[in-house]
Amino acid sequence: MVVRNPVTWLGTPAFPKAAKDALANTQLRRNLRNATSTIRGKRAAAVAELPDWERLRAAGAAIKDEVLANLDTYLIRLEAAVTARGGTVHWARDAAEANAIALRLIRATGETEVVKVKSMATAEIGLNEALAEGGVTAIETDLAELIVQLGEDRPSHILVPAIHRNRAEIKEIFQRAMPDVPADLTSEPRALAEAARRHLRRKFLSAKVAISGANFGVAETGSIVVVESEGNGRMCLTLPETLITVMGIEKVVPSWPDLEVFLQLLPRSSTAERMNPYTSVWTGVTPGDGPQAFHLILLDNGRTATLADEVGRQSLRCIRCSACLNVCPVYERTGGEAYGSVYPGPIGAILTPQLVNDPKDKQAASLPFASSLCGACYEVCPVSINIPEVLTHLRARVVENKSSLAPEAIAMRALAWVMADAKRFERAQQAGTLARFLGRDGKITRLPWPGSKWTDVRDVPVPPAESFRSWWRRTRGDQ
Amino acid sequence: MLTRIRTALRDQPKATPVPRDYDHTRDLGDVIEVLAERVADYRAAVHRVQADRLPVWIDALLDARGARRIAVPADLPADWLNDELTWLVDRPPLSIETLDGCDGVLTGCAVAIAETGTIVLDAGVAQGRRALTLLPDYHLCVVRADQVVATVPEALARLDPVRPLTFISGPSATSDIELDRVEGVHGPRTLEVLIVEG
Repeated sequence: MVVRNPVTWLGTPAFPKAAKDALANTQLRRNLRNATSTIRGKRAAAVAELPDWERLRAAGAAIKDEVLANLDTYLIRLEAAVTARGGTVHWARDAAEANAIALRLIRATGETEVVKVKSMATAEIGLNEALAEGGVTAIETDLAELIVQLGEDRPSHILVPAIHRNRAEIKEIFQRAMPDVPADLTSEPRALAEAARRHLRRKFLSAKVAISGANFGVAETGSIVVVESEGNGRMCLTLPETLITVMGIEKVVPSWPDLEVFLQLLPRSSTAERMNPYTSVWTGVTPGDGPQAFHLILLDNGRTATLADEVGRQSLRCIRCSACLNVCPVYERTGGEAYGSVYPGPIGAILTPQLVNDPKDKQAASLPFASSLCGACYEVCPVSINIPEVLTHLRARVVENKSSLAPEAIAMRALAWVMADAKRFERAQQAGTLARFLGRDGKITRLPWPGSKWTDVRDVPVPPAESFRSWWRRTRGDQ
Repeated sequence: MLTRIRTALRDQPKATPVPRDYDHTRDLGDVIEVLAERVADYRAAVHRVQADRLPVWIDALLDARGARRIAVPADLPADWLNDELTWLVDRPPLSIETLDGCDGVLTGCAVAIAETGTIVLDAGVAQGRRALTLLPDYHLCVVRADQVVATVPEALARLDPVRPLTFISGPSATSDIELDRVEGVHGPRTLEVLIVEG
């Protein structure tokens, strides 16, 4: 039996359909426009402060490429270093294996409730749902993840999953779903954050098991790094007795000084800060300080398949900063949920289909087309992932996988036939000018089928009254 | 999985040498001044004090907050403490409840980064274990002038990665609601820094 990879959400439509629904939601568009335009301005300022930004970017990309080219070596080195410092390393080929390992480790502690640090890897494998099936409740402790969890909603942004919600909506969610919510709760962000603090405090102080992701793992020393803002990460990484960390295999970096590059690139690219409020680094277990049992789950889940693709493998450089989402004109209008994946936006459009790695998955196959190829994402990417290049590469792969009876394939064959002969081409152009009567103000907004497939989503410019060939014949015919 | 990785790398991609020509240090002028300004940018309070005035400052700041019960690591320099306050020394380890209920914590640090306004704790002398600086709502941190470096690369070069490290840049904060920055979610909501010179 093939187990579905939970990186995409079951039952979500392909991008064009989901995007159309999202575009009708004016509240969503307003929330997103405000949020993304704010962060774009701040990020540009934070980046401009560093005179060596482009050099850091080049170093970041090169370090990641070095890791990918020798991934086996670095993972073995990481495992040895973590083990030597009292941690235990587990290898998980896919989501199901990772979830089973986590559940087994939690059951061994006898606990039925765990606290969680926000993590893309655990979202990607659907860990919370898998744990719930196994009788374990996972409590999200990041404010935005908590808003999504209490609202029984889906995340729509890599960094700020509740970006599609405004303060009034968040207040409503808290009043509905937070059992100990203050009676006089206002929609002031400060009051909402305070309510979340009180709600989670007891959980932190009593939790015996925590689950986190990892931003980086240092092969040479076995040190794991988590970058965060709120302190919920520190709570989870410090107070419980057992810590389980799920880390994508591409998150390894060769040595300690490599972090000096990423600790500069990541905060400025993601939250537009000189440095995020908290960064925690731990190596195995430290007697008398923090969790005394540490498990590191190394996750493949489609990454080796991505690594095998010579053009697509650069996607694995991604450090999940989300700068590409905030500059993307498509993301700004449709929001994250339209992508139907835990990885939305430009990076999601290339990462999701590669991680899913199933050419028959129509929803994932639609994502490389969710772009105008404007290139803004490539420009801001702190590790220089050429997202437009990977998008077009994946588009070609989708087309190759299509049947020769698909409408595009038939249309392309017909076009090839028409263009192969000058007379035929000319007659087709004359026929084209007939479409002029369909247009108004220089564009055609509705064509009969099959042209309607095009005009449903965009206008067609009115064809010129005369083709170049006929104009040439008319004006220079005698030459 | 290693087999899958090796199969995926059949084309033997060659990585180019990592260019390390980014700035390892940078002339920021007076690094103490820059640190003070950048920490203050996170809306944390910063004071520059002379070494002989440190105990007086500690007293005055705790007094101004009405803080009486202060958690401290066991190896804090004795001359930082006066007799009037209740010092909760973390030996034997204080319980989570005690830390949660105290008025604040007083520590030193390992390194401070001027450019980013970051203070790094490495569980070394005068810093204690990680929970100490996490649960109390108020953190008073003493930074010696010789612990201040200009850039992130300089700081990492001074640190030992296998110690438990915490990089702190301002108090706990979130931008999750409409990307509006709010201080104080789970970590200490107030950070106050004393930079000691001379």
